[in-house]
Amino acid sequence: MYKYRLSEHTADTGLEARGETLAAAFASAAYGMFAIIAGLGSVREAETRRVVAAADDIEGLLFEWLNSLLYYFDVEQLIFRRFDITELSDTRLVADCRGEKYDPARHRLKTGVKAATYHQLTVDKARNRVRVIFDI
Amino acid sequence: MPNWGGKLEKLDAYRYRIPADYKPGMRVPGLIYASEAMIGQIMADQAPEQVANVAFLPGIVGYSLAMPDIHWGYGFPIGGVAAMRVGDGVVSPGGVGFDINCGVRVLRTNLTKEDIAPKIDALIDALYYAVPSGLGSQGKIKLRGKEIDEVLKKGSRWAVEQGYGREADLSATEEGGEMIGADPSRVSARAKERGVPQLGTLGSGNHFLEVAAVDEIYDAAAAAFGIASVGQVVLYVHCGSRGLGHQVAEDYIKEMLRAMPRYGIQVPDRQLAAVPVDSPEGRSYLAAMRCAANYAWANRQCITHWVREALCGALGVSEATAGLELIYDVTHNIAKLEEHEVDGKKVRLCVHRKGATRAFPAGHPDVPPQYAAVGQPILIPGDMGRASYILAGTEGAMRETFGSTCHGAGRRMSRAAARKARSGRDVLAELKARGIAVRAGSTGGLAEEAPQAYKDVDEVVAVADGAGISKKVARTRPLAVVKG
Repeated sequence: MYKYRLSEHTADTGLEARGETLAAAFASAAYGMFAIIAGLGSVREAETRRVVAAADDIEGLLFEWLNSLLYYFDVEQLIFRRFDITELSDTRLVADCRGEKYDPARHRLKTGVKAATYHQLTVDKARNRVRVIFDI
Repeated sequence: MPNWGGKLEKLDAYRYRIPADYKPGMRVPGLIYASEAMIGQIMADQAPEQVANVAFLPGIVGYSLAMPDIHWGYGFPIGGVAAMRVGDGVVSPGGVGFDINCGVRVLRTNLTKEDIAPKIDALIDALYYAVPSGLGSQGKIKLRGKEIDEVLKKGSRWAVEQGYGREADLSATEEGGEMIGADPSRVSARAKERGVPQLGTLGSGNHFLEVAAVDEIYDAAAAAFGIASVGQVVLYVHCGSRGLGHQVAEDYIKEMLRAMPRYGIQVPDRQLAAVPVDSPEGRSYLAAMRCAANYAWANRQCITHWVREALCGALGVSEATAGLELIYDVTHNIAKLEEHEVDGKKVRLCVHRKGATRAFPAGHPDVPPQYAAVGQPILIPGDMGRASYILAGTEGAMRETFGSTCHGAGRRMSRAAARKARSGRDVLAELKARGIAVRAGSTGGLAEEAPQAYKDVDEVVAVADGAGISKKVARTRPLAVVKG
């Protein structure tokens, strides 16, 4: 259900995500980011966090959304795999994110993501596509 | 990935210029340090375009510079140096990067390659267990209450006061490991929350610990650095400010994007968001960035302590026997207010170094006394299979690059391409065949960091040395590596 693909970038990794709706594209981007970080197959939907992101425009909101999720990974070691976006405007997003605390016995971590960057970040509202480059 | 098709003029064997008329809006030309052999690869991605974009930033003086390890970054190129007048120029968090004060330090030992050869596996295991590394790793240090603010203010000094390392480590660290003007009240609660559990961790990606041996000495300055002979063992530590630095960068990029219109600043890429150095937002960012820089220094300082303990334990030697003095610690992601000569006049500049190292010459007041006669040590990690270098700062760097040089080999292959080219297991086998012991959190991560993913550090350093922006002092070869 989450649709994304990774693109080549010399030092970092780019991601293009899409969906039936813009909210679905934002959810796909989040899933894609966690798929860079970890193998998501073994991650259970054991915990939920409500994430509220706010920004001045839709591009800023994508930046804020993805970076907010990285905060949960750093502080609570949460790996999310499901993103139910219940509200999305140009300036505000509310989502219930489900996943599990990192367990070295069951989870495989892959590549660290330092941050989502603004470089070449785009949100195409007409086609429900977003693009972002991560600092790895 | 499209080849860059912009304007580029060859000036001499080591310098290429992007003229200021390449794009309307460039305030100064771009200057890339590269050899004929390297320039094709540099033009294979969009890094030169990023050099041109940085030239848009208000108050930039001289050139938008790119060191020979330049590669495509986000916003600024990696290997980028840009100096802006403090009076009417800007500071840009994108010119520092997310990993504020990512940097490297080198410890020298009194041991030789032969001394440690029989115990190299025990040594690398001990280092791997002593220093938390890899994605998701959390530190052994428990910070209580407001203690994080002390880390942010004092940096390495905080660590030494807690018993991590030696007093002498401080004078062998850029800025003494404690950047003045750090104000923890400028760092968000979120950034502090990310920093607390990660203090004393290596992190992942290109961060590493390396045991290496000197394999060639080029200059008498080596003696001042405590490098006496070929075969001498040294240790590299490469890491940064972890989630705390990432959050500071993110917080201030957002704040600056909001403030930019008020200052009438326009940038060709949002990641270049910038505000006047001398503005509330600019001062605030610098105060927070210095906190993140201090966190990174405290981080490397704690790790240094564990490295010393682990090495002595694994080899069964005392610290006095092993030596393990810090040669130096350099930051390669930072913005600093420095005085430089521009058109014959001393000017205060905000020098952004993103994937670039300070390279101050002999006699400069910021070079610690022990190196006053030879210049600041510059530590250039290459890749984990080939070599790394120790260089010294030069007058040439002061004249041309605001006292800056390269910071590493520089990537040439994307991570995906590196994974496709070799499996982690192949890389491991190849390194083993070269006699290099490796411990890594993930084999996939290892594939991404394969030697072939990087430029040849010999070529990069040859350009920095040939252009006179630093001087080769010694080369080391890896013996064992812990990858984060």
